[in-house]
Amino acid sequence: MKASRYTAAHQSITFSRRMMLVGGAQAALGGALIARLGYLSIAQNEHYQLLSESNRVQLIIVPPRRGWIVDRAGKPIAINRSDFRVDIIPEQLERPTDTLRTLTQSLKLGPDDVDRIIKEIKASRGYQPVQVAENVPYEQYAAVTVRLPEMPGVQPMRGFSRFYPTGPAVGHLIGYVGAASAKEYEEEKNPLLVTPGFKIGKEGLEKTLEKNLRGQPGGQRVELTARGKLVRELEPKPDRSGQTIQLSIDAGLQDFAARRLGEESGACTILDCQTGDILCMASMPAYDPNSFSDGIGRTEWSMLSQDERRPLVNKTLNALYPPGSTIKPMNSLALQAAGVDPDETIFCPGGYRLGNRFFRCLGRHGTVNMRRAIAKSCNTYFYAMGHRVGYDRIAEMARRTGLGQKFDLPVVSQSYGTVPDSAWKARKYKENRRVVERPDWTASDTLNASIGQGFLILNPLQLAVMAARIASGRNVQPNLLGVHKQPAPLLGIPQEHLDATRGGMWEVVNGDGTAGASRLQVPGIEMCGKTGTAQVRKIVGSQRGQSGDWKYRDHGLFVFFAPYDNPRYAGSVVIEHGLGGARAAAPVAKDVLTFLFDQERAMASLTALEQQWGGTLLERTARRQSQVEEISKANLRRSA
Amino acid sequence: MMISSAIIPQPLARLPWRLIWLVALICTIGIVTLFSAAGGSWSPWALKQGLIILAFFGLAIAISYIPERFVKQVTFPTYMVIVVLLIIVDMVGFVGKGAQRWIDLGFIRLQPSEFMKPGVVLVLARFYDLIPASDVRQWRGLWPAALLVLVPFALILTQPDLGTATMVLVGGVTVMFVAGLPMWYFVSAAAALGAALPVVYAMMHDYQRKRVLIFLDPEADPLGAGYHISQSKIAIGSGGIWGKGYLNGSQSHLDYLPEGHTDFVFATFVEEWGLIGGVMLIFAFAMVVRWGMKVSQRARSRYSQLAAAGLSMTIFFYFTVNLMMVMGLAPVVGIPLPLVSYGGSAVMTVMICLGLLMGIERQSRTRSTLA
Repeated sequence: MKASRYTAAHQSITFSRRMMLVGGAQAALGGALIARLGYLSIAQNEHYQLLSESNRVQLIIVPPRRGWIVDRAGKPIAINRSDFRVDIIPEQLERPTDTLRTLTQSLKLGPDDVDRIIKEIKASRGYQPVQVAENVPYEQYAAVTVRLPEMPGVQPMRGFSRFYPTGPAVGHLIGYVGAASAKEYEEEKNPLLVTPGFKIGKEGLEKTLEKNLRGQPGGQRVELTARGKLVRELEPKPDRSGQTIQLSIDAGLQDFAARRLGEESGACTILDCQTGDILCMASMPAYDPNSFSDGIGRTEWSMLSQDERRPLVNKTLNALYPPGSTIKPMNSLALQAAGVDPDETIFCPGGYRLGNRFFRCLGRHGTVNMRRAIAKSCNTYFYAMGHRVGYDRIAEMARRTGLGQKFDLPVVSQSYGTVPDSAWKARKYKENRRVVERPDWTASDTLNASIGQGFLILNPLQLAVMAARIASGRNVQPNLLGVHKQPAPLLGIPQEHLDATRGGMWEVVNGDGTAGASRLQVPGIEMCGKTGTAQVRKIVGSQRGQSGDWKYRDHGLFVFFAPYDNPRYAGSVVIEHGLGGARAAAPVAKDVLTFLFDQERAMASLTALEQQWGGTLLERTARRQSQVEEISKANLRRSA
Repeated sequence: MMISSAIIPQPLARLPWRLIWLVALICTIGIVTLFSAAGGSWSPWALKQGLIILAFFGLAIAISYIPERFVKQVTFPTYMVIVVLLIIVDMVGFVGKGAQRWIDLGFIRLQPSEFMKPGVVLVLARFYDLIPASDVRQWRGLWPAALLVLVPFALILTQPDLGTATMVLVGGVTVMFVAGLPMWYFVSAAAALGAALPVVYAMMHDYQRKRVLIFLDPEADPLGAGYHISQSKIAIGSGGIWGKGYLNGSQSHLDYLPEGHTDFVFATFVEEWGLIGGVMLIFAFAMVVRWGMKVSQRARSRYSQLAAAGLSMTIFFYFTVNLMMVMGLAPVVGIPLPLVSYGGSAVMTVMICLGLLMGIERQSRTRSTLA
């Protein structure tokens, strides 16, 4: 800085200069303000207009009606029944305490319900309704409606609840619906999920087909203030019901099969063996999806989950069983593919000696060829032949006929079991030494697997697919959705191989085979099949799993197809701890097939059986339900 | 002027009508917007605001007739009184365990910090008017001025009222700037401030930090503390170029916009009148400020030059901070839009500033005619 004096003249020049700077800064800032204003109202206009609209207009959601689920003939499996419900719109409540007291009296609400309602009213924002009760009986609904003028904010409505006419018969197949959980809401963030009365699929097809079944919610569009006060109603938005979904299932057959399984714990699966359409997939015992969809009590849940017959497990897909002798027809195809002549005979002295071990047969069958070996279920034949060709070649055929395979089905989960071979064993040895004790495949592994024991475990659907592929010779893929007319492509197994195997299966039922007692009583229709009896645990002493505790008894299995000359249906029946295939499973198969050809005859025999069991399935379910209610009431009393 | 002076009486013709029309336009926009904000009603705001404006406009005209000589004389005593009042407010707030910005005199609530906005400008103008030109660039030209600014700044900051404190600071610094203090003072002060920001941020309380973060990204917490800014931007942005039409602003009418009649009145206005209305209002303010700056340039005495510049800056900064705030360019500091927002304090301050400016303008004119 110069030492010269700063004078008034300097001051005046500085002032003008500084004023220009200040003016410039002001102009720049003013320009920035206008630019910002332009940016907000031109460039961002659309964005903010949307936000402003979503502030202004809100939708009071009316849940869409859930799509129906119907069978292959259009018969309803899952429908909606209209019911009555009562909601509260907190914003419009004038005397909350009085209103709640009146509602508690006329709807007979429990203390838990009242607690929940109070909590939800406190948490609610604006126009979001809070559910008071659903499934309200008509008299109570009428009582509330009459007193409506003194209770502003209470909203009695007609709603819809899910109804499954055949109840437990479709439990595992269809699943059930329920109110969305907090977690499900977190995942989807859809306000529909927290709308009172709205249910989503929780299990089975209801869950996997949720997207199609749900539909589009409609509702009353309203203009609301920031505090949730109604300003005016705008044009309502119509809802769109969910899609109706047709299954390949035959509802009548499904119901019959479930009822025929009766008090047993088991599964019955039947396919159209040409197209792969699944006609029935019954698993028993089963929960009643109707009572699940209303919200299940703790008592009922614990009773179901503690039941040793596992009513919560879909046994057609999620239970695995050693198949026992039911895989022998498949073995016979594998043997023929490996070059074994079906006419070659083996002598059965009542077992097979491998080194210093003796593998037992069920009897002394003498000289048997392939056909006789299937008919009599001779273990010795399959031990000897299996040992000759090696299990890796049999495993290949097992996979080709669908065993151990996961199918493309809209199900929540399927357990696909194990078709063992040498590569599998080596891999398993690395992963889990408790299951597999040594890495190499041994001859005794082959022998065990050849009679459907050992490492081999499968689910009942796979057995049914196997039966269907043997029956038609086609690469049948199971379908659950829609009706298919086009037969599946051929598997490429030589016709003479199939004929030999099917001949053996014919003899099982219609010759002097193991299931002779289950011959069809329908003229002109012959059933073919193969029994199986699977051990649940290692044989101890003379005990063969034929007596003792239920849970240690042998499983009874049966695979089948019919008619013999022109196969249309194929399937499997598994009866847990049913002692034997011929004894427990084949009669069920016989009745279920009879139903397909002669409903009257089948119903007559079922009626007789159900009388012994104490009523039809629905009657027994209702009785059990009332027992559950008694018990839970007693529990409540005890805790209170 | 020449023609009108023939028809209307001299004193009226002498009034700066260009400014008065601008102010009338701004005030009309305010009243019209308050009418809409009340849902199309004169009560509770529009009518009262009209009366307040008339009253304080009368005050402004009255102030404009006070001779410069007298203003100069009372500048220091008035400043001292305001400082004492500020101290009293801080004491009362301290004793009463709550932040307080006013003194309740029974019939009126006196907010001394409002008076300090023109007060600090006048006292600095007086200070640089008194010291000889050669002292301006010396140390003695700086420290008394700095003290005159920083004492009220600190007192207001502890109320706490960051917005008003900043305005007092800006008014004072502007006077110091145009008074000709060395440029490097300002450059280094700005640099120091920039460097200090991170340190200040580190020393802040959690809630203060949260406020800063929400200012930087209001959408991060649209229902909580960012609600004001978010809703204000929605109102402004959704208006578009032409606006939603008068009385059709859904954001303000459905109460989504908080404080739509006070701090966020600009959002209420722009939602209904659009970009066009907003630009018009900003231009009106800019013209008022330009008028003030011109008054400063034409003023004959050093005191009036400096005072006019500082007062113009005070008006400019008043509306700029509010607009930056409602458009999301500045944190929400609770500064109303003068002459438009409902409430008397801001109107009073701006009218005092305008009255002083009109007085300076009149005197420069008279003197020039005499010369």
